[in-house]
Order: sequence, then structure tokens, then C-alpha cells
Amino acid sequence: MIKYFLKRLFAILPVLVVVSILAFAFVHLLPGDPARMMAGEDADEATIEMLRKELGMDRPLVVQYFTYMKKLASGDLGLSLRTKLPVFDEIELRYWPTMYLAILGMTWSVIIGVLFGAVAAIYNGKWQDYTAMLVSVSGISVPQFWLGLLAIQLFSVYLGWLPVAGYTGKFSELILPSFTLGATVAAVMARFTLSAFLDVLDEEYISTARAKGVTETLVMWKHAFRNALIPVVTMVGLQFGFLLGGSVVVETVFAWPGIGRYMIEAVSVRDYPVLQALLLLYSFHFVFINLLVDMVYALINPEIRYE
Amino acid sequence: MVAGVFIVALVLVAIFAPLVAPYDPFETDYDLSMLPPSLDHPAGTDVYGRDILSRIIYGSRISLAVGFTSVFVGALVGVTLGIISGFFGGFLDGLIMRTSDVLFAFPGILLAIAIVAILGPGLINVVVAVSVFSMPTFARIVRGSTLALKESLYVRAATSLGASKKRLMFVHILPGTLSGVIIYFTMRIGTSIITAASLSFLGLGAQPPTPEWGAMLAESRDYIGVADHMTIFPGIAIFLTVLFFNLFGDGLRTALDPKTK
Repeated sequence: MIKYFLKRLFAILPVLVVVSILAFAFVHLLPGDPARMMAGEDADEATIEMLRKELGMDRPLVVQYFTYMKKLASGDLGLSLRTKLPVFDEIELRYWPTMYLAILGMTWSVIIGVLFGAVAAIYNGKWQDYTAMLVSVSGISVPQFWLGLLAIQLFSVYLGWLPVAGYTGKFSELILPSFTLGATVAAVMARFTLSAFLDVLDEEYISTARAKGVTETLVMWKHAFRNALIPVVTMVGLQFGFLLGGSVVVETVFAWPGIGRYMIEAVSVRDYPVLQALLLLYSFHFVFINLLVDMVYALINPEIRYE
Repeated sequence: MVAGVFIVALVLVAIFAPLVAPYDPFETDYDLSMLPPSLDHPAGTDVYGRDILSRIIYGSRISLAVGFTSVFVGALVGVTLGIISGFFGGFLDGLIMRTSDVLFAFPGILLAIAIVAILGPGLINVVVAVSVFSMPTFARIVRGSTLALKESLYVRAATSLGASKKRLMFVHILPGTLSGVIIYFTMRIGTSIITAASLSFLGLGAQPPTPEWGAMLAESRDYIGVADHMTIFPGIAIFLTVLFFNLFGDGLRTALDPKTK
């Protein structure tokens, strides 16, 4: 087991390297000259050149890459072009709000999604099935930002139950955004759980259990449900990545002080150091999430471990 | 197949927009600013006095065009790459698959934002961005079918008859991969439309005064609670369009997929 884990860990290293190169190269693909932007519009050539030398931007790209990586190791992500504050600090401020959203959104979307899917599978063919599936197709078709806007209109403006936007640390503020964020994923989970469940129900051990005289409820919940969960679990990991992506939009709608919105701001003003750092952050997250998913899958499914 | 009917209707509306829309979508009239729905203006007016219904109707052109084009381009490139990859195998296959894996690992929106960041805002770049992130899955699907079809009897027969590689790939193998491609195609349209609208919502896609649905929703943000109709109607448009495309895709899949028969 440990061996498998270590093996996978080593396998990601090259991926991480490639990803970091890509993230680095990407930012340099952006039009605009960072040195000029930092110096300001009216600066003359000499000043810009000086700034360029100071920032190390006159060296070949490869050298710049390694310098960046070295700094990265010591936690130095550069300074934001816009606020001149260390990027690391800026990101640190915004990291947890996004993570809270993502984790909360993931949690409830898994719970509701799996429940819907399971219900649809168990009551296959009856009205619960069709309602659940209709809801989930709708869930996929709804644009997240619209859902967020509608939710704000309904719950904040008219009913006054929940705060409109922003985050000052209160739990109530988390509810609407995480709900919006998780909606699409909940729909996907529901559909997926349904098909996984139906697949399992076809298996032989289910018929065996029934033949043994096990009550239907027990069959469903003890045998079918548990085994259907295996692929669902892997799905969860993959959807988390999608969630992180969706946070960009949701954070904009709810004026949420997280890294999603920070990314949009950085793109709008071409704040390279921030963009680079965020790109790296996101990609590392995805890679590690995939690793985690593999690990969990190996834990649940013993066959994989003995490869 | 209700969905199919709706889609046809939508396409017709999009094509004949100038005839169908009651007002000019760009025409402003500040006297009529922010009116709630009425007989004159079934969807109300926006902050500049433009009729929202007309803007939605014109917006359908944009959303359909963007959605369709981007998936089409993505499919074109993806299918080609997939066939080449499956057919030749080896290094080329590995290269193409690794690249698509990397692209695949990112959620669509982030990739699209990244691409738009490079290329700049605007609808054309949105199309490019969306087609790029649709490509990997097309490539994968087609590669799978190609690998399977490569060994089939009629391909071997054609080879022994002296068919050129190019001919083999495109005349013989390609048609066999199409059913999978078509299904995925329809499913992607919905996603593309949402992504394009999201990008416009974020200010990275369609620029004002273009009547694109996502951009309209962005405009409506400032007026929540004051003029809700501005939020509701464009959103319904997006929702229904995507919903029906998805339903259509689902129906298509059930009809074409041998496993569920």
C-alpha cells in the first residue's frame, strides 16, 4: 500500500514540472511588457531598462524559469504589479475563503446528489425517478451565475433571510455561494450515482442476496449502495476540480474575497506575477486532487493495490 | 423529441431575428428605461431603454453561433487528431494523448479564461477558447473507435486492395466513429453556450453593446431588487436553450447507443 502511494507520488513529479513550465511560459505569452507596466506609462526607456534588469527580465527565459522556481521554494512569489504587495500574502488572504466555499459546496452537493441518484435508482420508473432526473438535467443546464443572481434576489432581497454578498467570516454568508457552486456538481453526481447504482443492481450478488431472502431494504442499502459508491467516490475527486473552476464565476457574483475573483482581477489588469502564482496554485491542486482520488480508489478497491 | 422541435424553432428565430424582434436591440430610449414587463415590451426594458425581448432574440444568434462554431471547430480538430492518433499509434499517439490529458485536467472555464487572457476579450477569442477545451474529449472518443475499427474486416480488405493511408483513415474509418462524435457534439453545445455566456458575464467575452445573454446578465447585476426582470429573462433564455440541447443529446444517445437498447 505504501509502495503504491510512493510510486504514484513519484509519477506526479514530472507532471508537476511540466505544469510549472507551462504556467510559467503561459504568462510570458501574454501581450504587454511587464517591465513597462510596472514602470508606468510615462517612464522613459532608461527607467524601463533598469527595472527590467532589476527584475531579472533581461535574462533568457530558461534562466528566469529556474530563478522563479528557486524563489518559489522559499515562498517568494514576487510582488503584485498592481498593489506592490507580496503575492504570497495576497493569495494567503484569499485562499481560505475559496476553500471553505469549495469544501462546503462539495459536501452538500455530494450528499444531495448521491441521495437524488440513489432515490431515482431505487424507485426506478416511478415518479420519484423522473422528478429526480429532471431536476438533475436542469441542474446541469443552469448557468451558475444566473442561479447565483436568482438566489440573491430571492433569498437576500425579497425574503431577507441571508446576506447578499461579501464575506466577513459569518457562516450565513457561506450558504448561498456554496449552494450555487455546488448545484451543477450535485446534478452531475445525481446522474452518475443513478447509472452506477443501476449497474450494480444488475450484478449477480444482488440476485443472490434476494434469493437468500434478504429484505429488499437491506439489499438496497447494504449491498447495492456501498458498491455503487466506489465509482462515485472517484467522481467526487474529479468534480472538485470543476468546483474550483466554477468558483471563479460564483465569487464574482457574490463579491467573494477568494482566489477565483482574484484571478479575474489579475487577468483584467495583466498582473503577471499574480497570474503565474495562481495558475501554479490551481494546477498543483488539480494534480494533487487526482493523486488523492487514485489513493482513495486504491483504498476502497483492493484489486488496484496489488498491481 | 420536444427538445428537437424547440431547437429548430430557436434556430429559425435566430436566423430571422430582424423580422421577429419587435424592436431594434440597440435602439435606446431613456424615457422608457427599466420598465417591467408589459404588453408593449413583454420582457421589459433595460437601463438604456432597450427592449429586452428583442435583445434576447438577437442574442440567440450569438449564442447559437458561438456554441455551434466552437464545438464544430473543436470537433474538427479533435476528430482529426484522434484518427491520426489511433491509426498511427506509437510516438504520435503518445504525444497527442499526453497533450490532451494535460488539457483535460483543467476545468473548461479556467482553460477558457486562460486562453482569453492571452488573446484578449472578444467573441472570436471565446470561440477559440471553447473549441480548445472541447478538443481533447473528441480526440479520445475518436481514437477509441479508430483503434477498434482498425482491426475490422473491411479495413483490412481495403488495405489489401491497396488503399492509401489517407483514404483508409477518412473514407473507411471515419464514418464508423461518427455516431460517438455526434452524440458528444450535441452534448457539448450546451456546455459551450454556458461557458461562452460565463465568459461574457465576467467581461471577457462579448463586449457592450452586443446583446449577448451572459453580458446582459452582467448588466442586470447592478439592478437586483430594483429591476428583476433584467435578470430573469436572459437567464431563462440561456437555461431553456441549454436544457433542450441537453435533452436532445440525451435522447440521441439513448437512440444511438446499442447498449441501452
